[in-house]
Amino acid sequence: MIDLTPLSLSFKLAAVTTFFLFVVSLPLAWWLSQTRSPLKPFLEAVTALPIVLPPSVLGFYLLVAFAPDSPLGAFLEECCSLKLLFTFWGLVVASMVYSLPFMVQPLQSGFESLPKLMIEASYIGGKGFWTTMWRVALPNIKPSLLTALIVTFAHTVGEFGVVLMVGGSIPGETKVASVAIYELVEQLDYGKAHIYSAIMLGISFIVLAGVYLLNRRFKVTSS
Amino acid sequence: MMEISVRKELGHWDLEVDLKVERGEFLAITGPSGSGKTTLLRILAGLERAEGEIVVDGEVWLRGRRSLPPQKRSIGFLFQEYALFPNMKVIENLLFVADDRKLAHHLLEVVELLPYRESYPMELSGGQKQRVALARAFMGRPRLLLLDEPLAALDPAMRMKLQGEIERLHREFGTTTLMVSHDRGEIARLAGRVVEMERGRIVERGADPIVEAVRR
Repeated sequence: MIDLTPLSLSFKLAAVTTFFLFVVSLPLAWWLSQTRSPLKPFLEAVTALPIVLPPSVLGFYLLVAFAPDSPLGAFLEECCSLKLLFTFWGLVVASMVYSLPFMVQPLQSGFESLPKLMIEASYIGGKGFWTTMWRVALPNIKPSLLTALIVTFAHTVGEFGVVLMVGGSIPGETKVASVAIYELVEQLDYGKAHIYSAIMLGISFIVLAGVYLLNRRFKVTSS
Repeated sequence: MMEISVRKELGHWDLEVDLKVERGEFLAITGPSGSGKTTLLRILAGLERAEGEIVVDGEVWLRGRRSLPPQKRSIGFLFQEYALFPNMKVIENLLFVADDRKLAHHLLEVVELLPYRESYPMELSGGQKQRVALARAFMGRPRLLLLDEPLAALDPAMRMKLQGEIERLHREFGTTTLMVSHDRGEIARLAGRVVEMERGRIVERGADPIVEAVRR
């Protein structure tokens, strides 16, 4: 019987990462879409860095930052007894950095496409930022919202380099499907590697096809 | 009584407006495009920063660094581009501002769109959209109604209809209304007073002969 833990761990990691990254990215994407600050290009560049950098570079820096003898690592351990190195929550933080552009960019371009007057009409109607966000902004950028959530989820499921460097391969804690497949191939266990790979391929295809189908429906209904 | 004394640096010239408007008055603002009319309305709404002072019926909306956010100023704003929420039905657009079904029904009745309350904005014509926006602007029972060329995109028949509805609601709610407009017939029909803006300032012109002629 094949052990499904690495697969469920992959999807759990993707779900948790997507949730927290959404919360963090919402104000950031909104700010980027509205600001005329001279800092904007620099923040956009920082946001986009994970697309360009090799995962090993990101993983290396995160590894150094999370280490117990680094200022951040020491602080987190002291204040909240939180260990990020070789733990599930370390993977979550690393994945949030790694997937940041995939969440922020679609949200930002969605927000940029919203008519400014529509947002102002909500403010004039007495509504604050969060009400405007939930009831006006997000419902009117559904395709971008869906793209942001699903691509972040899929991108996290597909992660390998960063996860391997920051998380290692602890069964049930940090050994996600991609890492498990790598190890199986190293052990020349092609049979199990095939099963994991096929499952990943199948689920990923279904998720993406679902997104494109939904997106088409949104576009048809909003035109 | 609304006392306005605001300044704002703009590109080539500064906006500098001193203006007093009586409670319940209907004031038209006219002038060439780019003279700062829209900016003035946006400053009054709190959508644009400015220096100076805005006091409405004794309530300070702007004084020095203190500026009430748009949410706390009792205003209705009608834009040329409707700015309805496309994800909400007509009735939901109104109830979004205030959860008052009775008022929403009454306002939709005034603008004759009660049968369309379950429609989405994209199913309506331009004139219908603007009438929904007008009804929505009154949902918060605003003290100040700001109209930024709201009828410019509509055909003459629809304009007449909307003018009547604006007039009726202005009276019924006792709002102080400021309307930017270029249409002299419209100004003559609705406004009790006209001021003209040029390069960010209000220029005194006295009575406009054409407006006077239409009024007579």
